[in-house]
Amino acid sequence: MTSVAASGLASGVVSGRWRRRMRKLPTHFVVLLLVFIWLIPTIGLFVNSFRPSQAVQSSGWWTVIVQPSQITLQNYAYVLAQSGLWPGFINSLFITIPATIIPIFVAAFAAYAFAWMSFPGRNVLFVAIVGLLVVPLQTTFIPILQLYASIRINLGPIQIPNGLNGQFLAVWLAHTGYGLPFAIYLLRNFMGQLPREVFESAAIDGASPVTAFFRLALPMSVPAIAALAIFQFLFVWNDLLVALIYIGAASPQNQPLTIVVANLVNSLGSGWWYLAAAAFISMALPLVVFFSLQRYFVRGIVGGSVKG
Amino acid sequence: MDPRLITAVIVVVGVPAVLVGYIVATEQLLRIFPERVQPRIRPWLWLAPALAFLFVYLIYPTIGTAVRSLQDQLGTRFVGLANYAWFFSDNSTLHALKNNVIWVVLLTALTVGLGLVIAVLVDRVRYEPVAKSVIFLPLAISATAASVIWLFMFAYQPPGAPQTGTLNAALAPLGVGPVPWLIISNFSFNTILLVVVMAWMWTGFCMVIISAALKGINPELLEAARVDGATEWQVFRNILLPLLTPTLAVVSTTMIITALKAFDIVYVMTNGNFDTQVIANAMYQEMFNFDDFGRGSAMAIVLMLAIIPVMAVNIRRFQAQEAIR
Repeated sequence: MTSVAASGLASGVVSGRWRRRMRKLPTHFVVLLLVFIWLIPTIGLFVNSFRPSQAVQSSGWWTVIVQPSQITLQNYAYVLAQSGLWPGFINSLFITIPATIIPIFVAAFAAYAFAWMSFPGRNVLFVAIVGLLVVPLQTTFIPILQLYASIRINLGPIQIPNGLNGQFLAVWLAHTGYGLPFAIYLLRNFMGQLPREVFESAAIDGASPVTAFFRLALPMSVPAIAALAIFQFLFVWNDLLVALIYIGAASPQNQPLTIVVANLVNSLGSGWWYLAAAAFISMALPLVVFFSLQRYFVRGIVGGSVKG
Repeated sequence: MDPRLITAVIVVVGVPAVLVGYIVATEQLLRIFPERVQPRIRPWLWLAPALAFLFVYLIYPTIGTAVRSLQDQLGTRFVGLANYAWFFSDNSTLHALKNNVIWVVLLTALTVGLGLVIAVLVDRVRYEPVAKSVIFLPLAISATAASVIWLFMFAYQPPGAPQTGTLNAALAPLGVGPVPWLIISNFSFNTILLVVVMAWMWTGFCMVIISAALKGINPELLEAARVDGATEWQVFRNILLPLLTPTLAVVSTTMIITALKAFDIVYVMTNGNFDTQVIANAMYQEMFNFDDFGRGSAMAIVLMLAIIPVMAVNIRRFQAQEAIR
């Protein structure tokens, strides 16, 4: 008797769970469909980057399923050896690394001052920086281009005889200026939330602000700095507009990957066969950064939005 | 060795070293002042490098562009509002303006709407992190690469030839097409297609922020409503949505600004042809193809003026948030 009741109860639990699963079916369907739709474009590019030119021009990438023999590495070999893509890759690295490091240092000092020093006008100044977050870069290009054109430097290894335009230094400094409002905003919000007692007791122990900054604030802010570094790295690596303006056609030998790939699109038209490989090479580093450091990246994005 | 490498190393090592040296040196310098005065001077010394960069790269050039927008092509004389009069009467720039409006409305609706739907749905499945990674992934790549990816999606071959583009191949079994995507001449259809590419990139951004806000909502609140017999739709409509409204407002302002500044995708995919011109691309062409910095400046200022109301909302919200802290 009891066992019958128990098994009846058990089957009721099972069918309840089953019914709940069934009710979730539309959710699973929609989520998986969206995931599929979001993946398809990238998979298409990835597959096409391994297909020979005649195949790319005469059939779709999905035919690889019935004809896996078409896969080849010749696009990558060609692209890296002959199309100017490898120098572009090196240029992107040259541009991105300094343009990531400089703003972080400049911003860290300012963020510490905003978070832990009191001075008249502190809030007004910080609100002004929040306002600068959204200034369109377009409103800065023309005066800076003209400023750059007038600069002459003659300092040992650093020789700039014909103005800054076309030089890496031009984009390093520009990305520093453009990246600062977000960097200061993010770091100040993080540093401001560090425990007050730590800084107070350090001050009582006679630590100067310099010591407090390097020994306490900076090490404790590593998560925010990591988030910021990834953000700035991806922003600069993926940037097309700033590079077009300050490097552009002035010095083709300094162009980053984004410009090289954009030029391929314009010049190749139907010569698409190695375009896919070129685009994929330009995505490789961001994808590695994304997959290995996604947690910090997400934290940077969520922390960087002005919360409601 | 590549001389550029030497410069890069000097900059990577040198600039942080100089900045650290600067802070340490100013601290030494401060000691000559009486102890009472030091805390008043110190913040400005720490802020000075950042303020210098902000002034040179954002404030001074914005003022310069505003002034330049009132001058002629060569910058030799003032022409009043002539450049603005040209902008608001010329057919091609008005077209760009109209397309930017499409960008703002459609991109914001698509990314925030889809971002909300996905954030709420993935919250209920166990493979949430994987699903979110996939949706979020396109944000990590450049708009240039995204454009190439979508050129393969939009590829078009004349009827009869085997279709190489994913979309046309997918539509063929339904008896539709082949559609000459991106060169269609009706209803600003090409602009809409470019917005779709941008939405593919930015939906993940909205989803991540909305999802973070969603995790901050007390689950007991939702459970209590369900126990009281509320349907899932009622829970969403009457509890989740009101609680998420401030977050939706934040991501919407971000997307409006992103849409106004749209450049890369247009530049790479169509370069403004086939009725897809936007202000940012038109300005680039005005600067480098037509060498007219006066008109280019006016266009930049129009963009700036369009963004100012959004910026004001942002600042107001920031101040409210600070008041709570």
